[in-house]
Amino acid sequence: MKKGLPEILKRYRVFMILFLLNILLAVIKPEIGLKSLDLTWKNTLEMLSVIPPIFILLGLLDVWVSREAMVKYMGEGSGIVGVLLGFFIGSAAAGPLYGAFPVAGVLLKKGSKLSNVFIMMGAWSTTKIPLLLFEASAMGPKFTLLRLVMDIAGIGVIAYLTEKFLTTGEKDEIYRNSMLKI
Amino acid sequence: MTEIFYVVSISALLLSFYKSKEKTKKALSKAWKAFENIMPQFLSIIIIIGVMLTVLSPAQISNLLGNESGWGGVILAALIGSVTLIPGFVAFPLAAALLKGGAGYMQIAAFISTLMMVGIITIPLEIKYFGKKAAILRNLFAFIFSLMVAFGMGVFM
Repeated sequence: MKKGLPEILKRYRVFMILFLLNILLAVIKPEIGLKSLDLTWKNTLEMLSVIPPIFILLGLLDVWVSREAMVKYMGEGSGIVGVLLGFFIGSAAAGPLYGAFPVAGVLLKKGSKLSNVFIMMGAWSTTKIPLLLFEASAMGPKFTLLRLVMDIAGIGVIAYLTEKFLTTGEKDEIYRNSMLKI
Repeated sequence: MTEIFYVVSISALLLSFYKSKEKTKKALSKAWKAFENIMPQFLSIIIIIGVMLTVLSPAQISNLLGNESGWGGVILAALIGSVTLIPGFVAFPLAAALLKGGAGYMQIAAFISTLMMVGIITIPLEIKYFGKKAAILRNLFAFIFSLMVAFGMGVFM
């Protein structure tokens, strides 16, 4: 998709302003500005290393998984299967929570139930398997297990409540919006 | 863990290519489009995180939570966790160090829980996918839930 330069400048203008401010900060207060630029650079590299496989998988998911299959396994009336799939996708994920948003977008586009998508995001944020192992070694198994048990309950409650508070119109808007995202 | 994801995604890509060249091309173009779509917000967020983590250093966080106690400390910890974005492999050793430094389990639990579930900085990105109301509701519920986790830790640890 070709885009004109003005369009690109417009989309990236917030980023460019922030970047210039950061450079300015580095000139005025080097000890904060330079260190933050260094952190930004490291975070960018980390993001670029974690993110490509997620997007490749979601591209493949979008092309190969039919809407019918997604609705059947994660849509309205998918029941416990949809809940478990949401938990599984989130727990098997890698990377920070913002990586979950595009995945959520594809699930929605394909007709997954909203609460199952929120479950996926909850699991993505707190019950990622590699992170749990890491947590257990740093915080001890008791802390980790307690948090895991509370989180599993909490993820379900948050997903249920968030969906309940949205009107049908608002949900439709979310689904419509997901069609434009990928 | 990232390596596993590369192996899985590349294998899936090869399998897909073997099955249909056309669909694979489409998948990659969709992957790129989705990636480029969130790039502007992404880059902005990363700059904000960089400045924030510099101003709010781990040493400072430790100081604040070490000196505070009770629910004031819990709420402070939850607020810090909500506005920071630290990778898990940095957060857990930090949390372990804070515990050793005298912070309570409740404060640490609130910090870790909000760190993972609540994302104030990433809310513009979340709104892009879920709209304002759903994004704010999810973060609000996650914040309240984190306080409950802190309470649970206080009871059981």
